[in-house]
Amino acid sequence: MRFGILINEGPYQHQASDSAYLFTKAALEEGHEVPRIFFYMDGVNNATRLQEPQQDDRNIVRRWSQLAETHGIDLVVCVAAALRRGIKDEVLAPGFRISGLGQLVEIGIQADRLVTFGD
Amino acid sequence: MLHTVNKSPMQTNDLASCLAHLGDGRLLLIEDGVYGAIAGTGAAKQLAAPASEGRVYVLGPDLEARGVDQSTVADGVQVVDYNGFVRLVAEHGPHQAWV
Amino acid sequence: MSDEFEDDFPGEVKRFMFVNRKAPHGTIYALESLEVVLISAAFDQDVSLAFLDDGVFQLRKGQNANVLEMKNFAPTYRALEGYDIEKLYVERESLEERGMTTDDLVVPVEVVDRARMTALMAEQEVVMSF
Repeated sequence: MRFGILINEGPYQHQASDSAYLFTKAALEEGHEVPRIFFYMDGVNNATRLQEPQQDDRNIVRRWSQLAETHGIDLVVCVAAALRRGIKDEVLAPGFRISGLGQLVEIGIQADRLVTFGD
Repeated sequence: MLHTVNKSPMQTNDLASCLAHLGDGRLLLIEDGVYGAIAGTGAAKQLAAPASEGRVYVLGPDLEARGVDQSTVADGVQVVDYNGFVRLVAEHGPHQAWV
Repeated sequence: MSDEFEDDFPGEVKRFMFVNRKAPHGTIYALESLEVVLISAAFDQDVSLAFLDDGVFQLRKGQNANVLEMKNFAPTYRALEGYDIEKLYVERESLEERGMTTDDLVVPVEVVDRARMTALMAEQEVVMSF
């Protein structure tokens, strides 16, 4: 099956991004495809390469970049949500791109399942 | 439909509202929602009927992270891991998050 | 832009439901849900909106978020018809619990009971809840 993932909360503050990551890894393990993950609202804060977690903590942004590179996942950040939070092209971590909300509706249509992780 | 609830039932009405709209769907408790699976709580009574029909699940890693032993989970509630979460969405989707 | 999207999925129509369960203004979820609804209109999908629990407050008449220097988006619900988004379902029990009737709402809606709302949700192929 093809899974689309929607993440609506930022990293470290809320478990949503962690849950989404573990779900995505499991979906890939189960032989499913995850063509796109869409980051919306505070979820866009998952996309900045400027974050520097402490040494003993997980690196949420790098995990997404690495998963995207290994499995060819399209990490899309909502443009309006990103710009109002200072997330721009020049601060994006590898694998992320900024685009419109149409990309969310599109993956809703294309995927067999859309799975939402929010507050 | 696979419904997920991620809040404690002592904190919000998300679980109650989800159960009121569950129909013949399935429910998976994740994140802080897993506290709703503890036997003997008011929440466990609310979900007893669908649980007895094998339609209620709880995410094991979220239980373990919170110190809730699987032996304290209410009757009929099935513990799944993330792969089980994926299979539930695949078999019983679409997914509706009661956020 | 919308034409380009439409051409990508000729004839593919899914049942999309936007589930609104949160009050407006205290958090951004109600507004951001509406933003996706408006974008979805360009894709010619079978779109419906469900308002239940505190989500019914999104449709309450007389809102003026401008006093908070926030966007006052309640009037936008009245514009949805112009985008061919006409299925607005409001749960009767949720209204009653909050002392509201359809007279308190900014837009004409279909009031449904909880059992009907449950059935409508079960019919969907894509559910977006924020």
